[in-house]
Parts: sequence; C-alpha cells; structure tokens
Amino acid sequence: MTQTLLLFVVVLLASMVAGLIRVKRGPTSSDRMLAAQLMGTTGVAILLLLSEAISRPALLDVALVFALLAAVTGIAFVQRYHAMETGEQE
Amino acid sequence: MSILDMASLVLIAVGCLFFIAGSVGMLRLPDVFTRLHATTKADNVGLGLLVLGLLLRSGSMFVASKLVLIWLLVLVAGATTCHLIAQSAVRRGERPWSKR
Repeated sequence: MTQTLLLFVVVLLASMVAGLIRVKRGPTSSDRMLAAQLMGTTGVAILLLLSEAISRPALLDVALVFALLAAVTGIAFVQRYHAMETGEQE
Repeated sequence: MSILDMASLVLIAVGCLFFIAGSVGMLRLPDVFTRLHATTKADNVGLGLLVLGLLLRSGSMFVASKLVLIWLLVLVAGATTCHLIAQSAVRRGERPWSKR
C-alpha cells in the first residue's frame, strides 16, 4: 500500500517537472505564472499523498500553508503588473 | 487488500491521471487562455478525486475535515487566480488564439 502511494507521488513529481518546461519556454509571463500555479496545486497533492504514505499528519498543515501561499503568489503577480501599468500612465 | 483500500487506490489513480492531463494540456495547447482552462479544471478535479480517495483511508474525523478544508481552499484560490491571470493577460493586449 505504502509503495503504491509512493509510486503515485513519483508520477505527480514527473508531472510537476513537465511544468518546468513551460516555465523555461513560456512566451509571456502569464504562462510562467500559470506553470507556478500548477506546481502549487500539484505540490499540495504530493504533500497529501506523502502524509498518508509515511503517516505524518503534520504534512497536512504544510499542505494547507502551501495552498494559501499559492493563492497569494498569483494575486501578488497580478498586483505588480497593475502597479506597473498605472505607473506608466501617470 | 480490502474493498475500501481498492476503491481508494482507484480514486487516487484517476486523480493522478487528471493531474497528468492538466500538465499535458499546459504543454500542448496554443495560448494562455486555453492553457489556463486546461490546467485549472483538470487540477481541481484531480485534487478532488485524490482527496476523496484519501478520505476513505483517513481514520479520524479531524483528518477528514482537514483534507476537505484543503481541497476547498485550493478550489477557491485556483478559480480566483485563474480569473485574475486571464484578466491581466487581456489587459496586456494578449489575443485569444484563433485558427488562421
């Protein structure tokens, strides 16, 4: 059972690495932000699986913080562009 | 292996498939908006199935409610961020992809 869950963790890690290709290649910064967002979600999934596989309930709290921080990064990204735009207009 | 373990494994496996589909969509689709669409939807469903699979294995009510809370937080945050990124892409003059 534990081995199977760890196998799923490896599969999800591979899908995260695929996201890195988009970060490298992505034509616009929106694409890079999108890839970062994907990594946030996948990271939460990996932490949930790991906490079950190696029976560490504390990892659930880490996943909770990850989910919160992923939301904050997206909003900070949009805010920064908004500030740059209004700065140029003035 | 009990039937409950089997069901939870199947749910987790299907969830992983959705995650892979989201990654493939992000790499293969032509523009920001289609990529956002693929990634956000597939990942939220994948995480939902994964949480459902782990719920079947979680022993206590406390752990179960925490799992559901994490899923809801990711759901709300993912939808909001997807919308914000799409809006900022439109404002910066990005055109939706169309077949020429």
